[in-house]
Amino acid sequence: MKSWLTPRNAFVTALMIVLALLPVYSALTGNTFMVTLFTRILILAIAAVSLNLIMGFGGMVSFGHAAYLGIGGYVVGILAKEGINSGFVQWPLALVLSGLFALAVGALSLRTRGVYFIMITLAFAQMVYYIANGLDRYGGDDGLTIQRRSDFGGLINLSNRTVFYYLCLVLLMATVYFVWRMVNSRFGLVIQGARSNERRMRAIGFPTFRYKLTCFVIAGVLCGLSGVLLANHTNFISPALMHWTRSGDLIVMAVLGGMGTVFGPVIGAVALLVLEEALPHLMGLASYLATGKEVAAAKEYWQLILGPMMLLIVIYARGGIEGLISGRRRG
Amino acid sequence: MADTLLKIGGLTKRFGGVVASDNIALDIVAGELHAIIGPNGAGKTTLIGQLSGELTPDTGQVFFDGQDITALPAYRRSAMGLGRTFQITSLFPDFTALDNVALAVQAHAGHSFHFWRDARMESDLREPARAALARAGLSNRADEIVANMSHGEHRQLELAMALATRPRLLLLDEPMAGLGPEESSRMVKTLRELKQEITILLIEHDMEAVFALADRISVLVYGRVIASGEPAAIRANAEVRQAYLGEQEAVSAPGAGHG
Amino acid sequence: MLYLLEQSLNGIQLGMLLFLLAAGLTLIFGIMDFVNLAHGSLYMLGAYFAATFVGLTDSFLAGIALGLVATFFAGIVLEVIAIRPLYGRDHLDHVLGTFGLLIFFNELVRLIWGPAGLTISLPSQMLTAVQVIPGIYYPIYRLVTIGATLTVALLLYILVMRTRVGMLIRAGASNREMVGALGVNIKLLYTLVFGLGAALAGFAGMMQAPLAFVQIGMGENILILAFVVIIIGGIGSIRGAFVAAIIVGLIDTMGRAFLPDLVRTFLSYSAGSSAGPALSSMLIYTLMALVLIFRPEGLFPASSK
Repeated sequence: MKSWLTPRNAFVTALMIVLALLPVYSALTGNTFMVTLFTRILILAIAAVSLNLIMGFGGMVSFGHAAYLGIGGYVVGILAKEGINSGFVQWPLALVLSGLFALAVGALSLRTRGVYFIMITLAFAQMVYYIANGLDRYGGDDGLTIQRRSDFGGLINLSNRTVFYYLCLVLLMATVYFVWRMVNSRFGLVIQGARSNERRMRAIGFPTFRYKLTCFVIAGVLCGLSGVLLANHTNFISPALMHWTRSGDLIVMAVLGGMGTVFGPVIGAVALLVLEEALPHLMGLASYLATGKEVAAAKEYWQLILGPMMLLIVIYARGGIEGLISGRRRG
Repeated sequence: MADTLLKIGGLTKRFGGVVASDNIALDIVAGELHAIIGPNGAGKTTLIGQLSGELTPDTGQVFFDGQDITALPAYRRSAMGLGRTFQITSLFPDFTALDNVALAVQAHAGHSFHFWRDARMESDLREPARAALARAGLSNRADEIVANMSHGEHRQLELAMALATRPRLLLLDEPMAGLGPEESSRMVKTLRELKQEITILLIEHDMEAVFALADRISVLVYGRVIASGEPAAIRANAEVRQAYLGEQEAVSAPGAGHG
Repeated sequence: MLYLLEQSLNGIQLGMLLFLLAAGLTLIFGIMDFVNLAHGSLYMLGAYFAATFVGLTDSFLAGIALGLVATFFAGIVLEVIAIRPLYGRDHLDHVLGTFGLLIFFNELVRLIWGPAGLTISLPSQMLTAVQVIPGIYYPIYRLVTIGATLTVALLLYILVMRTRVGMLIRAGASNREMVGALGVNIKLLYTLVFGLGAALAGFAGMMQAPLAFVQIGMGENILILAFVVIIIGGIGSIRGAFVAAIIVGLIDTMGRAFLPDLVRTFLSYSAGSSAGPALSSMLIYTLMALVLIFRPEGLFPASSK
């Protein structure tokens, strides 16, 4: 029997407690910014977990995952603009369309391997990006403000900041649990086997394509959910939602957190987004310590640090933060 | 007349100007161990690729148990009972040995669209997997991560995985490759037990093993079958001696003493 | 009809630009098995270098020449410091590492040249238009671009197919160990190929700079088009990149030019102007999908396995 009290589990538990208690802290201090920031983190964590399902477990490196954020978001935005605010319509439709898009992209791109796959998923996401740019009625490249969040009757009020935060937290946890069950099921073992050695999988009798495609669609639907939440969170959609650098961010989250585990991308999402918030302040502080006064430029150019940091993580810490915590290295 | 389990007719495969398989015709009789030998570059790997479904022949047919399988993909052939091992070890290195074999069992236990139950807890996958490991002589290594196992153990695991798919015909692509003398003799022993139950097509360089195990031997040279028959007849065949065994007199000599 | 010809020339010009980018990408991928997202950054750097040197020397040609040298060396420094440790790693590592580099370069350019962007002004003799066939005037600079790129393409072809270095490049693409065994300095070869790819990308950026604005992130969207080009052409194939670049360039330009009118005949005027770019990009991706369905290795597979 393995001990449950590992450094990793302790860290995950601590993170969960912080996430669960954050609105309480915010209510006590009146700091609403933290709730807004972490709602966003939870939502993007769902997207990162879904990406990790295909990338970390299935070996399918999709560089177009942000397309589902866009599809989910645009379904909510477009329906709202047309006067359909019911979440019972918006949400299922968003998930179905995300799934259908994943089915089409997957059916084409899973015929290819390696770098072809990376580029093709990227290209299809870019296609959706351009389509959104062309939707003049829905704001074109300026984007579209959503007047009302999804309406679930009296069931749940998404406009309440705390309620919405907890909804996102519950959905994230449900996603993590679902993915965790899945990767250990028969289906999940087939997916992992196909990542590890697809040729052998076929030789022992698995039609791998249909399993990989199913996995790709599930990940698309989960990421579509993330897009639905994101549109409700910001009350705004624009093509920027699915710019290809956003897909890159999702990959960074998954890898930063450690791809080998289901929970890793959550850690990665927290780390990357908190870092993005904190780096400018840290650099301002560093410039203050170095020169005695805060240099505005230092705060502004924080991405000069972020970029090389990503490179260094890739070169030296491939297991991600999870790997560092649990002392495990991959690759 | 014994039943023909695998019938190969007029199989031809070209790569550019090279004819890797040249009108190959072979009958693999049910219950026999049929060995294919030939010098390097004779087209053995190309042949096994076409039999297992990874390569499509230019012309010719493959019949398994009376059915034309020439155009079937690899996974369908496996489902019909055509198992194989790989010359270069081809496993799932991050998984345990038991996981590897259980996956092979799972491949033949209905579809795998089960998303919820923990597959590592399913006894109808784990038990047959343990049994296959035992037959290949790996019972005590079930929970070892494959990446940490030795080359000899990898070869045994290859075999266990192929067995777990409950094949009626087993294609063995150089199962002795890279094995030491002791490991080799253990493998020969395992194969001798297996051939009691399963029809085997063995591709192998180790002449001693081939002549010890085979009921029938076919010799492949430059993509053509130049001779096919019982071991004694093959050993006596002048053309074979000249084309192949002649170069390896030192190796074939102990084999000759054996029979 | 005349408009059609003019748009064809524009399409070829865009295609040439794409070829310069795609050639470097496909060489680097074919030889080093390396996916370089920061390739667009080199396109951007090339444009910034050229803009700076043109300003300093007051000569367009000198500026371009100095810019080329600078981009070549920038590529070499980049390869030695950041790219080399990534060879042999899996493609995901390449994507992530070079994604980090891309963020870095965007920020670096903002730090050095500021957020506003630059322009390159052309010498006066290039500002005029010439009559290409009776009745059709075409900007001379665009013709120069097409000519210059064709020259580069030809030089590249000669370099790869006819010289000793090219022989090593081709051999390196098919069999790394063999080239190493011949006693060739593989590291140096890789560095030079990367520098060459950088210079090609930089050259594309410079040629485009006078027609557009030199700005941060200018290389990103065109990089993705270049990816599409090498997927269609077949990864690792220069010839494929050339043909696919022209096809994609033509489709994109023609789509933008004619699809809006087509849409307008069915729908409203404004629907036409907004749907044009979306439709033409859809055309390109549809073409890519078709190629993938019927020729998954691209039109000109580099290595027939």
